[in-house]
Amino acid sequence: MPQVTLTVNGKAHTVEVEGRTLLVELLREQLRLTGTHVGCDTSQCGACVVHVDGDSVKSCTLLAVQADGCKITTIEGLAKPDGTLHPMQEAFREYHALQCGFCTPGMVMSAIDLVKKHPAGLSEKEIREGLEGNLCRCTGYHNIVKAIAAAQDVMHGRRSELARAAE
Amino acid sequence: MYDFAYHKPATIADAVKILSADPDARAIAGGQTLLPALKHRLNRPPAVVDLSGIAELRGVKRDGNKLTIGALTRHVDVANSPEVQAAIPALAKMAGSIGDIQVRNRGTMGGSVANNDPAADYPAAVLGLNATVVTDKRRIAADDFFQGMFTTALEPGELLVAVEFPIPEKAGYAKMRNPASRYVMAGVFVAKTAGGVRVVVNGAGPGVFRQSEMEKALTANWSADAVAGVKQSAEGLNGDIHGSAEYRAHLVTVMAKRAVAEAG
Repeated sequence: MPQVTLTVNGKAHTVEVEGRTLLVELLREQLRLTGTHVGCDTSQCGACVVHVDGDSVKSCTLLAVQADGCKITTIEGLAKPDGTLHPMQEAFREYHALQCGFCTPGMVMSAIDLVKKHPAGLSEKEIREGLEGNLCRCTGYHNIVKAIAAAQDVMHGRRSELARAAE
Repeated sequence: MYDFAYHKPATIADAVKILSADPDARAIAGGQTLLPALKHRLNRPPAVVDLSGIAELRGVKRDGNKLTIGALTRHVDVANSPEVQAAIPALAKMAGSIGDIQVRNRGTMGGSVANNDPAADYPAAVLGLNATVVTDKRRIAADDFFQGMFTTALEPGELLVAVEFPIPEKAGYAKMRNPASRYVMAGVFVAKTAGGVRVVVNGAGPGVFRQSEMEKALTANWSADAVAGVKQSAEGLNGDIHGSAEYRAHLVTVMAKRAVAEAG
């Protein structure tokens, strides 16, 4: 069986997988990191988004063997060890950017990649377009967009913390 | 998904050797089409050959009046490439409109071109720009490469290595996406090239095709008005629950106008 060595949330792992094992299966079933969700399993919904070498990808559409040697970040790897949330997680909480919460891990991972790749900042329209690969079946997009707009200012150092008086 | 033997060769020669030895073996690049197909058990390859270890398949190179893009170059890299943006902005913009961000972070040009999905974007650009498909064995003109739904001139065991795009005078692309799936319902790629005007339709038919009446109209007068009066026949176009063949035929003229406006 193929062996895969990868770094997940800063920790190195070497695991045996089948050729057909998906990255999300390795994360959830072998490493027990169940924060990454599988929604559609057909590359559409984005609940399974993780970062592979700094890029957001759908972990249901990537073989574990294709991630050999890569650095993976999942939703579990965002908060600091003392429990301090990542500014994007904090913004999702502050702006109530979740309803049932199933899409949230993927939304947060996609949002962080989107914000990082646009240091000049994103308009509301650009945020909405940037979320094309993530579906929220509660249709709670409005607050998700607000949260991302707020978090980008903190992530880029334009504001030290979220404006508490939410619009 | 059925299991398979996994290979990760480091050279084109090694990849071709494995693929030639077993005609049912499949190459995987970004896997954004192959993996969903394998999950649906539409395909049961005994072996999957991962091309990601072959560095020479990656990258964009400008050589005079020609842009060569390696098969393994991801959509995000083509969209963000300063060389592509400067030489063929319509190509960079097209690549940046494929699927979604996560798909563009994995999907590759070669995978899209070799797969020739009727609703894919790349085949329209390759045919519209009169590009040349380079394989490990030969060079194939775009006009000979695309042969209908999911069919190309590639032989079993033949590997798409790169695509050479001659730099056009101007080019533009417009598409109408299915509002739910976001796949192309009808798209038109137009280009004014050294070899003449080319107009290519994707999404609407079983494969990409050239629209010769629009090519004539634009040769005589490069303007959106020139194509506005050219009607696409609905015969042979796709009709489904998302839109009839007649609707797609109508969209072709609308997209052609927008593509010309985009090209400027």
